[in-house]
Amino acid sequence: MLETILQTTPLHPKVEAANLNFYYGNTHALKNINLILPDKQITALIGPSGCGKTTLLRCFNRMHDLYSGNRYEGEIILDGSVNILSRRLDPIEVRMRVGMVFQRPNPFPKSIFENVAYGLRVRGEKNRTTIADKVEKALRDAALWDEVKDRLQDMAFNLSGGQQQRLCIARALATDPELILFDEPTSALDPIATANVEDLMTQLKQQVTILIVTHSMQQAARLSDYTAFMYLGELVEHDRTEVIFNDPLNKQTRDYISGRFG
Amino acid sequence: MARSLPSLAASVQQSQRRRSVRQIQEKVIESILFLAAFSCVAVTIAIMVILGVESFGLFQQVSIGEFLTGIEWAPLFEPPKYGVLPLITGTLTTTLVALSVAIPLGTTIALFLSEFASATVREWTKPILELLAGIPTVVYGYFALLFITPLLQALLPDLGGFNMLSAGMVMGIMITPLISSISEDALRSVPAELREGSYATGATRLQTAYKVVFPAALSGVSSSYILGISRAVGETMIVAIAAGLQPTLTFNPLDSAATMTAYIVQVSLGDLPHGTTGYQTIFAVGLTLVLITLVFNIIGHFLSKRYRERY
Ligand SMILES: Nc1ncnc2c1ncn2[C@@H]1O[C@H](COP(=O)(O)OP(=O)(O)O)[C@@H](O)[C@H]1O
Ligand SMILES: [Mg+2]
Repeated sequence: MLETILQTTPLHPKVEAANLNFYYGNTHALKNINLILPDKQITALIGPSGCGKTTLLRCFNRMHDLYSGNRYEGEIILDGSVNILSRRLDPIEVRMRVGMVFQRPNPFPKSIFENVAYGLRVRGEKNRTTIADKVEKALRDAALWDEVKDRLQDMAFNLSGGQQQRLCIARALATDPELILFDEPTSALDPIATANVEDLMTQLKQQVTILIVTHSMQQAARLSDYTAFMYLGELVEHDRTEVIFNDPLNKQTRDYISGRFG
Repeated sequence: MARSLPSLAASVQQSQRRRSVRQIQEKVIESILFLAAFSCVAVTIAIMVILGVESFGLFQQVSIGEFLTGIEWAPLFEPPKYGVLPLITGTLTTTLVALSVAIPLGTTIALFLSEFASATVREWTKPILELLAGIPTVVYGYFALLFITPLLQALLPDLGGFNMLSAGMVMGIMITPLISSISEDALRSVPAELREGSYATGATRLQTAYKVVFPAALSGVSSSYILGISRAVGETMIVAIAAGLQPTLTFNPLDSAATMTAYIVQVSLGDLPHGTTGYQTIFAVGLTLVLITLVFNIIGHFLSKRYRERY
């Protein structure tokens, strides 16, 4: 299947997971995953709850390194050269290039401005105009600027849930990531806020590669260029979204898409 | 059917009896709980009333203005002097010294335990801190007088045998476990999502700890500081033993001076007859102490409201 994608799409692969296995202690959570994320495209991860979508997503920025007992095997190659999973590579280096947006908005207990500036400050940026410019650009890119430009010093908690999630997207955008990981970013949002965030992601595609976990098949169909279907820790099928939704090769995929399980 | 009727009635009766037994039990437990809660309130009120009544006796002879602004405290001498300020400066100075030890140390320990230490290190450190918190204050007092003071004298040859620096520092060590354990709880209850959000932007452990976790836990951490202040203001034994008993109007920690608490123990250990002015000063000083602590607790209450965690 991977070969077919490469044949049918002359797109440059941004990230490539090869023979990826992941263990929570003794739990073998990801089994031999091979997945290509094409550059500046949206790839959606779908599958029933507990199949390993979040686990896979969190491999791409080495989030699992934060907890002991977790173990990766295999490779995730960024730009055809760097192995994200290499032990010699500091996970912070990875997270400098790969942003993440979480399931529930998680703004920091700081002002709106400082939330977006956070990644820049962490990178040692001191120049105030540079920071102000990048914060503004990120907020514009996250379609939040007009709503918050007059109250940048307000605490981020005072924003609505949808605004908070767009703030978290701005926070991820401010440091110019090459890949952004979204873990069910709209599951805590109402339909209007969801539509806003989806529009935003479609816009962002022009500047960044996106991997999104979603439990909503409609969302995957609406948003993504590619869709990967996971089941019990395995990647069952991965193809262009219209292929997955209209003419999947695998019977399990077909059953899942048609709502027969999960 | 007919035969089962009486047995049905019996069982209804039985279950009613069981229910009424349960009701009585509940009533009893409820009243015990109420009494327990009420007795705390009652004791607090009783203390305030006694302090107030006895102080009132003093304030018939000494004006409140003289008490609060006088710069000399010598109620048992001739002529008596009733200015409480020297005792207040003694208390504030030892408290400040204690806090300048306990707040940095306690906060650092809390941050270390919650954000950096492995589970094993934590398991070893916590009982040691609890041990530190369980040492009787008399022991701390003599530790200050007989160990820390000579040590400080090696650095500062002019330092007297009784001084607020030594007492304050040891008091700081005593308060450190209180601050570190409450702060650690506050830091650890910061949700993992917030930490992960910080790591995901490329932050280091240290950056995450002091830029995100600490501000998020500020309400709990600041209430640990307030508790520390109350504890330092009320601490008696260490200062009575190591800081000296001579009321002196000074903020210099190298001096010897009496605190409010030290004055109270010193005078209560002698045999002052009831109703004398000297006897009443104990209560007036006690009342001042309670009011100061109250002010800090109110500040702490508002601080923790102001910084109430909203994740
Ligand atoms: N921290 C963890 N420790 C052990 N097992 C985990 C942990 N997190 C998730 N799992 C297990 O890994 C599997 C995949 O979980 P997850 O990636 O969260 O699924 P999804 O996001 O697709 O719902 C599940 O069986 C889950 O129970
Ligand atoms: Mg998940």
